[in-house]
Amino acid sequence: MSILLSKASRVLVQGLTGREGSFHAEQMKAYGTNIVAGVSPGKGGSSQMGIPIFDTVVDARRETGADVSGIFVPAPFAADAIMEAAAAGVGLIVCITEGIPLYDMVRARAFVADAGVKLIGPNCPGLVTAGQAKVGIIPNHINREGSVGIVSRSGTLTYEVIQGLSQAGVGQTTSVGIGGDPILGLSFKEVLRLFKGDPATRAVVMIGEIGGSDEEAAADEVISPGFGKPVIGFISGRTAPPGKRMGHAGAIISGNTGTAASKLKALTQAGAQVCDTIEEVVAAAAAAVGQPSSAMPR
Amino acid sequence: MKFLEYQVKERFRAAGIPVPDGRLARTPDEAALAAGALGPIAVKAQVPIGGRGKAGGIKLARTAADAKRVAGEILGMTIKGYTVKEVWCETAQDITRELYLGLTLDRDARKPVLILSAKGGMEIEEVAETHPEAIAKLHPDPWRGPLPFEVRDLIFRSGLGPLQVQLTPLVVKLYALARTYDALTIEINPLALTQDGGLVAADGKLEIDENAMFRHKDLHGADESDEDPLEAEARRRKLTYVRLDGSIGVIGNGAGLVMNTLDLVQREGGRAANFLDVGGGAKAEVVHSALELLAGDPHVKGILINIFGGITRGDEVAHGIIDASRDLNLKPPLVVRMTGTREEEGRQLLREAGITPEATATGAARKIVELASATGQ
Repeated sequence: MSILLSKASRVLVQGLTGREGSFHAEQMKAYGTNIVAGVSPGKGGSSQMGIPIFDTVVDARRETGADVSGIFVPAPFAADAIMEAAAAGVGLIVCITEGIPLYDMVRARAFVADAGVKLIGPNCPGLVTAGQAKVGIIPNHINREGSVGIVSRSGTLTYEVIQGLSQAGVGQTTSVGIGGDPILGLSFKEVLRLFKGDPATRAVVMIGEIGGSDEEAAADEVISPGFGKPVIGFISGRTAPPGKRMGHAGAIISGNTGTAASKLKALTQAGAQVCDTIEEVVAAAAAAVGQPSSAMPR
Repeated sequence: MKFLEYQVKERFRAAGIPVPDGRLARTPDEAALAAGALGPIAVKAQVPIGGRGKAGGIKLARTAADAKRVAGEILGMTIKGYTVKEVWCETAQDITRELYLGLTLDRDARKPVLILSAKGGMEIEEVAETHPEAIAKLHPDPWRGPLPFEVRDLIFRSGLGPLQVQLTPLVVKLYALARTYDALTIEINPLALTQDGGLVAADGKLEIDENAMFRHKDLHGADESDEDPLEAEARRRKLTYVRLDGSIGVIGNGAGLVMNTLDLVQREGGRAANFLDVGGGAKAEVVHSALELLAGDPHVKGILINIFGGITRGDEVAHGIIDASRDLNLKPPLVVRMTGTREEEGRQLLREAGITPEATATGAARKIVELASATGQ
């Protein structure tokens, strides 16, 4: 078991013929992902890496039954691509694109909610179900099958955790990067609820950062009422000054909201185990699933 | 992108939101001319930051001679790092009451929010704490915008029912402006009720979403180069950079990873001089450019590069580091931690160039703090 994505998922890639899209589609395929279609308007009828290309998502879905879409199209067109996938009935949309204008994203998010489909991202690394399938840009070689679920707002920091766990002999079920933008699809809350319902996931690592209050909401509404599995929490940006946007559009302390201290407090009060470094996160997760933390490299 | 008050008011006026008559002055004589034409005026420093009034950047002038004198005081003064190069001279208003009308992003609701307050003239966050009952909010549907009945409801909830005839069109116009300009924040504060019963935008603020600038290529906002020369230089180089107050220059890829690297540097007893994210898929030239930027910062006593490759490829980063160390004759010690996509190729290139890659981020942070404090003495 896993969440959101599995070997059975039929994946299409929007923007497959672009530079990033083709590089990462190849990586996804190499990982074993069942990529059934690409969508590039104007290039329908051609193929790339043996994958048929369609002009529209509707065509791709009709011909291939794709049920997951990975989006690699440039920012000015990405919100439209999200809505195209939602309108076509794709159940899970994963948008990697960074830099989507706020109002485009606000509309796309409302559209996705009305369509009743799930969106991950934008501005995210995507997700991988270890040993089964990947949609996005998480490096292939770092994943290892196991029982820890990961949910994170950061891309590269997620890779750190996955690699750390794998090197310590601790595998993962699904690792989900929800993205660094202020307007996101799935939030911590929703992904945590999915992990809660997944019997294969025995512990969850949650990587938050400064900005907004999604970590607090997850702590109060999902972890605190009884999560039933260990949650290991980590927050980056503890030393970030207020009022400065730290790279991610969403990573900013405004007034008293969005501080690392508030998030750490909420997680601690909810019963999560809060860690100071990625090494500690790895050790705590290893212990939570019954692996000796001494297996961990320095 | 931020705008100066007079730039915002030009847009308010064009959108049909009433603003006081005013003129821009770059010299005391121009301010005197403005007073001659307009009568008693407020002389207001034009800087892209709040708190001008408290800093002495806003003064009243009854006569042309007054205007010349106060403009002479304000022009050239420095407000929170910004030198005042222009003053906006506008007709002094006979204000009986100050309100607030603005739009910003409500992250929790995942939507923009219109905020109307029966109390204005101060920061809306302050009103929210001291007089929460004065504030009403509306989250318009992002596809159809606010409907008139929703706006009326907003107005009645804020206790401003008696003004609903004048206020309703203002709310609708402000929302339209926000959409037109892809505003992250737009504010009329104070929205002034004058002696004659009219509403006028006495001050305004506008900040545009940088991600939407491709739709607004013709727009020119406030000159923000004053704030920090290194931040301005980083912007020209298209690098995501934030100046901090320590001495360890930090370069990494990915916002979360760079933030964590800053935290690690502090944990090891140092302090970061900056946040610098080269982003996903960084090419050798970008890494080179980032190192060149930090080499130009006299506060930097050591440089820590922390790369975890996803889209970013280790060999590309290594080429950038090696070329930059050669071209720039880098003085501060350099520590590199590299892992992820093509890490072996990258590490091998670094070793061949005499740079030993560190195995872990924590180890790399410890090493650079040691090296920097050794050279700093």
